[in-house]
Amino acid sequence: MNVTRGFTGRPRVQNAGLPPGQYDAGDDWPVLSAEVTPDLTPADWSFRIDGLVAAPRTWDWAEAHALPASAYEGDIHCVTSWSKFGVRFGGVSLDAFLEAARPDASATHAVAYSHTGYTTNLPLADLTGGRAWIAWEYEGQPLPAEHGGPARLLVPHLYFWKSAKWIAGLRLLDHDEPGFWEQNGYHARGNPWEEQRYSGD
Amino acid sequence: MTRTTSDTTAPGLFVPPTRFAVPGRIAVSNREAARWQTATLTEVRRETPHASTFRFAVPGWAGHLPGQHLMLRLTADDGYTAQRHYSIASPPEDAGHIELTLDHVEGGEVSGWFHTLAKPGDEVEVRGPLSGFFAWPGDRPALLIGAGSGVVPLMSMIRHHRMRSLTVPLRLLVSARGPEELIYAREYGAETTPVFTRRAPEGVPVGRLSASQVAPLLAAEQPPGGWEAYVCGSNTFAEHASRLLVAAGQPVDRIRIERFG
Ligand SMILES: Cc1cc2nc3c(=O)[nH]c(=O)nc-3n(C[C@H](O)[C@H](O)[C@H](O)COP(=O)(O)OP(=O)(O)OC[C@H]3O[C@@H](n4cnc5c(N)ncnc54)[C@H](O)[C@@H]3O)c2cc1C
Repeated sequence: MNVTRGFTGRPRVQNAGLPPGQYDAGDDWPVLSAEVTPDLTPADWSFRIDGLVAAPRTWDWAEAHALPASAYEGDIHCVTSWSKFGVRFGGVSLDAFLEAARPDASATHAVAYSHTGYTTNLPLADLTGGRAWIAWEYEGQPLPAEHGGPARLLVPHLYFWKSAKWIAGLRLLDHDEPGFWEQNGYHARGNPWEEQRYSGD
Repeated sequence: MTRTTSDTTAPGLFVPPTRFAVPGRIAVSNREAARWQTATLTEVRRETPHASTFRFAVPGWAGHLPGQHLMLRLTADDGYTAQRHYSIASPPEDAGHIELTLDHVEGGEVSGWFHTLAKPGDEVEVRGPLSGFFAWPGDRPALLIGAGSGVVPLMSMIRHHRMRSLTVPLRLLVSARGPEELIYAREYGAETTPVFTRRAPEGVPVGRLSASQVAPLLAAEQPPGGWEAYVCGSNTFAEHASRLLVAAGQPVDRIRIERFG
């Protein structure tokens, strides 16, 4: 341990919900994206699942909204060290989309694509079983554009860069293929509880 | 629709409607990104009433490109750690050393330690350099737009440009509340136009960065082949500046944005 002279830090709040190395951002919701926020309206938005699936498919805004609504209420964790507690997102469980597209038995990973072309990779197991959503509401309001509106992927148990903003599609693969941040040194999985920030962690 | 991701994409697969907004500029070393190193503070220089530059000796530093940042960690004696990202202000030519410029954030855990307790001889830990997309190798004409401490990574680019006597065009628009809050004020040359939002010297207009400052750079003053734009600052500023650039005709895939949160 490399103690910093005189550094005491903030008083420790015992918070079992805070992963190691994270702090509570409170009401703040920092924006971290490397690109210009796109002007994407619900009419321009669509979501596609293809690759290793029996029935590749694209949903438009109305078709996606016709699926059963599903909400997430809980915490989110960003790799830049902030966490946010008790946030509420509304949308549709990714399971509903995947059921319709019918993944092949050989599919093990996915690459998520945004409408800007941003990509991030995820193990398929992190996207199924009620652990991932396509989200278009935040605290009961339409998701703001700078936070990925009209709709983003939401995978709250992983660092938030995996929750691709302006989500456009998922391609299912039988291998892991690094996305944009992963090619830029970030971790392939990004589990906040294991502090998987950079590749090599 | 233009096919842009890759021409080898199998028919029927999804192709994003726009080109990837920010292609990475350089490959980063995963090994360096993962390795914590000790950085020894050697000098503190005041820049403005709220910002100071902290110079460190990091003997094993692998080197960086202008625009990159690092992760810095402070550790309390009970093992508690705080880690934050900081852009690197110094140019790569300053081998074995790095400089960071920190705003004193009211109530800030890490910047508060630096501004009230840190003194030469103190040790902290850093890992990096990080991020390959905001890096500028000095190859393409660069239009830099920053506000507040958002000028830090852009200053590394200007210093690199000077030390290498590069001739590739470089312009900086830097926004500050007033002249006394302009970081690195004495170092700017003809490449820089300061924009003052609250108070300005006699004869200089007061107001936020506007289309009238951005548009000429993308018209008459545009270099052959166009600019690579680098925008850095708070999220609010980054949104404002990147919208001005898009409105003035800068292609979205040639705008790189670093948001400090
Ligand atoms: C890529 C990148 C590059 C950056 N480069 C620079 C740079 O070059 N220079 C620079 O100055 N900054 C830079 N930043 C910002 C920097 O990372 C820090 O966010 C900043 O220094 C504030 O950290 P802090 O620990 O001092 O403040 P924090 O402790 O994080 O506090 C920030 C704010 O939140 C409040 N707060 C947070 N947690 C609590 C709590 N538990 N209780 C009460 N209040 C709280 C504080 O009062 C304060 O207003 C960069 C950020 C990024 C993402």
